[in-house]
Amino acid sequence: MSTAADERNARAPWALTAPALMLFVGVLLIPLAMTVMLSFHDWGQYKGIEPVFILKNWHEIATDPYYAEMFWRTFRIAILTTLLTALLGAPEAYILNRMSGRWKSIFLLVILGPLLISVVARTLGWALLFGGNNGLVNKLLMSAGVIRSPIPFMFTETGMVVALAHVMMPFMVLSVWAALQRLDPQIENAAMSLGAGPVTIIRRIIMPQIMPGVLSGAIIVFSLSASAFATPAIIGGRRLKVAATLAYDEFLNTLNWPLGAAVATLLLVALVLIVVGSNALIERRYAEVFR
Amino acid sequence: MAYLELDRVAKQFGAQTVVDDFSLAVGKGEFISFLGPSGCGKTTTLQMIAGFVDPTRGAIRLEDKNLAAIHPAKRGLGIVFQSYALFPHMTAAENVAFGLEMRNVPRGERAERVRAALAMVGLAGYEDRHPRRMSGGQQQRVALARALVIKPSVLLLDEPLSNLDAKLREEMQIELRQIQRTIGTTTILVTHDQNEAMSLSDRIVVMSQGKIEQIGTPQETYERPASAFVSQFLGKTNDFAGTIDRTVVPTQLVAGSWRAPAPAGLSGPVTVSVRPERIGFGDAGLSAKIMTRIFQGNHWLFQCDSECGPAIVIRQNDGQAQPAEGDAVRLTWRPEDMSVRARAGA
Repeated sequence: MSTAADERNARAPWALTAPALMLFVGVLLIPLAMTVMLSFHDWGQYKGIEPVFILKNWHEIATDPYYAEMFWRTFRIAILTTLLTALLGAPEAYILNRMSGRWKSIFLLVILGPLLISVVARTLGWALLFGGNNGLVNKLLMSAGVIRSPIPFMFTETGMVVALAHVMMPFMVLSVWAALQRLDPQIENAAMSLGAGPVTIIRRIIMPQIMPGVLSGAIIVFSLSASAFATPAIIGGRRLKVAATLAYDEFLNTLNWPLGAAVATLLLVALVLIVVGSNALIERRYAEVFR
Repeated sequence: MAYLELDRVAKQFGAQTVVDDFSLAVGKGEFISFLGPSGCGKTTTLQMIAGFVDPTRGAIRLEDKNLAAIHPAKRGLGIVFQSYALFPHMTAAENVAFGLEMRNVPRGERAERVRAALAMVGLAGYEDRHPRRMSGGQQQRVALARALVIKPSVLLLDEPLSNLDAKLREEMQIELRQIQRTIGTTTILVTHDQNEAMSLSDRIVVMSQGKIEQIGTPQETYERPASAFVSQFLGKTNDFAGTIDRTVVPTQLVAGSWRAPAPAGLSGPVTVSVRPERIGFGDAGLSAKIMTRIFQGNHWLFQCDSECGPAIVIRQNDGQAQPAEGDAVRLTWRPEDMSVRARAGA
């Protein structure tokens, strides 16, 4: 009797999670597995995709320096974007946290702004400001005589980093802000009463405590930037490809699906490794603050 | 000469007066409590001494130096916060050492003083623990050690025991008093707990709505409350409506069927306050009926319905027979055990 009941109880969680599990398997795991399998298939200009198992695509990615350069560029842009958002976002969150009620909500909206605007409008807005000779900022600076030739923005890594940092900023600010909420409201007064000046308070008391927030924000920003498509596609175009835009081109322009699948798989694996690895490091390093 | 002096200090937030006309002279080594319900301005007063809040009016002097002119970081006061405000990313020893580090105390001396401070609060051996791995009581001790290790001129305690459970709170009260006596630091405690204030302090400042109601020793404030608020706030009390009858000679104070020679200086309607433990059962006096009788181990608690309204009586459990529920009794007390105030609005 009781064993039958136990068995039924043991099955219940599976039965209850089955619908969500099926959705997860159906729309995520199966396509993902198929993409991985696809990366081992062969492809030819005239024969199309051949469902055989060969390492041709992976060999090409491993040996052709074009891919190494492209992946290196992808991660370089992601790292620079992450650094920029951390350097600007952490102080921004700190200032936001010290604002009083009404101003706080207004500026929170300003910070969330980039997420509310369509990626195309936002990125083209940057292009209007900096694009070539006709960009507003470039025109202004040139007519003022500050610069002779326009600051290159379109089709540059700088442009990509700036535009990505703009849209990623909310993730960093919110993540640091969450860490600031955990701070004891009296902690700065406590440090002050012990004789610490404002710089020491920030460096010795605030920074170590919001570091987990900065780092988890950094993980979000890094993984979103490394796999970003729309912003690099508009600013970098065909000239400056990153992993996501390359995979897109292989799929839809060259129609070399297996190679595109290999690029996508490699990006996914690299990102998972980086994110899981750094997350483990952070949790070990900041165990005391996380508790 | 006063060591720490608050001279007509006031604080306004917008139109709201949080502290008004607060004057107090604290002697060196004294233990003072600011006692009052939440929102009475006691914490604001403490924060003005600490320097986190600037007074709107008045002066605060420490050894005749104007404290307002000194930056909070340079005042050299030790503060224990209600939430302890320990630095969670530092060990207990690092927390305690922080103030010494800010004072550029050499490393060797620093380690020695940190060790001594932690030992003083009973946390020897806990040097490398992080605050979040410690119990509330232990965190509280670290906070106390951190405040005391810098040898503060004044120790400010902002409801430091309110987050502890009752038993631990009692232990910490005794310990806090012992430590304070040993090192002789002038101490100001903010609390809403009258027992805490009474058991710890040399003098209590009872506050209500930003104003001082009474300053006195625990005994004075309990036995001779200066206002109705103080007598209500400090322990339980019975308030009976009475009148002073000047038509008879000698003049008499009458409350129901209880009467006594009238005190000088008052006439007309008055309020008679008597502590429950000062009321006894007698042959004459206020007639009352016992509604409930509660046994509480070392004492009995009687809730009575008297001719002047409800009354509480506490009798020591001294082995004598006590009246039962429903009994008609006479309540009586000695004239020196009551305080009589003019009754407003009657």
